[in-house]
Amino acid sequence: MPSPDAIEQEVRQFLRDNFPLSADGVALDREDSLIEVGVIDSTGVLELIGFIEERYELTIADEEVLPENLDSIANITRFVGEKTASANGAG
Amino acid sequence: MAQVELSAETLRLDAERTVEQISERLREVVYKDLRRRGAVIGLSGGVDSSLVAHLCAHAFGPERVLGVLMPEGESAPDTLDLSQVAADAAGVETVLEDITKLLDAAGCYERRDAAIRSVMPEYAEGWKAKIVLPSLLGDARYSLFTVVAESPEGERREARLTATAYREIVAATNFKQRVRKMLEYHHADRLDFAVIGTPNRLEYDQGFFVKNGDGSADVKPIAHLYKTQVYQLAEHLGVPAVIRERPPTTDTYALEQSQEEFYFSVPFDKLDLCLYAVNEGLPVEAAASATGLSAEVIERVFEDIERKRRAAAYLLAPPILLTNA
Repeated sequence: MPSPDAIEQEVRQFLRDNFPLSADGVALDREDSLIEVGVIDSTGVLELIGFIEERYELTIADEEVLPENLDSIANITRFVGEKTASANGAG
Repeated sequence: MAQVELSAETLRLDAERTVEQISERLREVVYKDLRRRGAVIGLSGGVDSSLVAHLCAHAFGPERVLGVLMPEGESAPDTLDLSQVAADAAGVETVLEDITKLLDAAGCYERRDAAIRSVMPEYAEGWKAKIVLPSLLGDARYSLFTVVAESPEGERREARLTATAYREIVAATNFKQRVRKMLEYHHADRLDFAVIGTPNRLEYDQGFFVKNGDGSADVKPIAHLYKTQVYQLAEHLGVPAVIRERPPTTDTYALEQSQEEFYFSVPFDKLDLCLYAVNEGLPVEAAASATGLSAEVIERVFEDIERKRRAAAYLLAPPILLTNA
C-alpha cells in the first residue's frame, strides 16, 4: 500500500506530466483547487480519474467524483489513501 | 445597499432598431470591407441560422442570399424540412448537399463508433448514441461526460467516458461541422459571396462551436446577442413558430440531444441572465432572484462560465504569428 507521501509525489508528477499550466512552473499548494487554479478542466477530471483507477487499481464510483475527493492534491492523497486501505482491508 | 434589478425584461431589445443596425453593419462589412456581393448561410433548421437568413435577406435582399442545407445520415428527421421552412420564409434560394458520403469517407462514423466501443463494448451497428453532461443543478458533483446509447430494441445504456474516448468522439464528430463549413466556402467562392456565421452570444462566449467548423465565418452578425434576444428578433422578423418553438439541439449525435444536456447544463434563458450578470459585474443574489435558482447554484454557474471562457480562448484564437521570435 503506497504511503501518503508517495501518493502525493505521484499525483504531483501526473499533474506535471499531463497539464501544461502545472508543468509550466505554477507552484501548487496541497490545498489549491485544481479546477479554480485552472490546472484541470472537465476533461482533465476524466483524465485524473483514469490515472487513479489505473495506477492504484481502484474503481471510482460516480458518487465519489466530488470536489472533496478530487479537487486538490491534499484531497486526492487522502481519498486514494482511504480507497487503497479499504481495498486492502477487504482483500 | 441599493438592490440591483435584473430580470428577463433587462435583455429585451428595441427589435426594429436592432434589426436596422445589424443590417446596416452587414452591408458595410460584406460590400465594403470584404468586397463580396452576397451571403452564404448554412441552415440547420434552428432558430439561430433561421434568424441569420432573415437578417441577411433583410440586409442584402433575398436574391443575394444562399441557404445551404447539409443533412447527414444521423440528422434529426425534421432538420431538412425546417431548414427549408426557414429559407422559404426568408425568401432565399437553397442548395441541398447531403454530407453523409463525405463524412463516411473521412471516417467520421467509424472513428466515433470505435471510441464509444472502448467504454461500451456492446455498442454495435444500428445503435444510436449521444454524449451527455449531467446537469449542474442537481448536486455538487463534478459534471462528467457520459455516453448514452440505445440499442435497436430500445434498450438504453450509459457509460462514463474516459478522457481519451471523449476526445476521440469529439474529434470524429467535429468532421460534421468542418465538412459543412467547407461546403459553405465552396458556394461562397463560386458566387463571390461571404460566409455568414450563426453563433449566438452564449455559444460564442462559452466556446460552443468547432474551431474551423461552425466557428469559422467571415462575419458573425448575432454573436453579440443573448439567446433570448435571438428569439425576440426571430419573432419580430417572422421566423416561423415551428422553428422558434423547437428546443435547441446540437443535431450532432444520432440520439436526440439538447444543447442543455451536452454543454450548457442550465436552460438557456437562465444562463442568459447569469452571463449578463457576470458581464455586468452583478452580484450572485441578483442572478438568483432573476432566475429563481439558489445562490449556491448561481455560484457554480458563474464558475462554470469562467471555466468555459478559459477553454474557449483556444477556440477563439486566430493563427498567431511569431513575428518577434
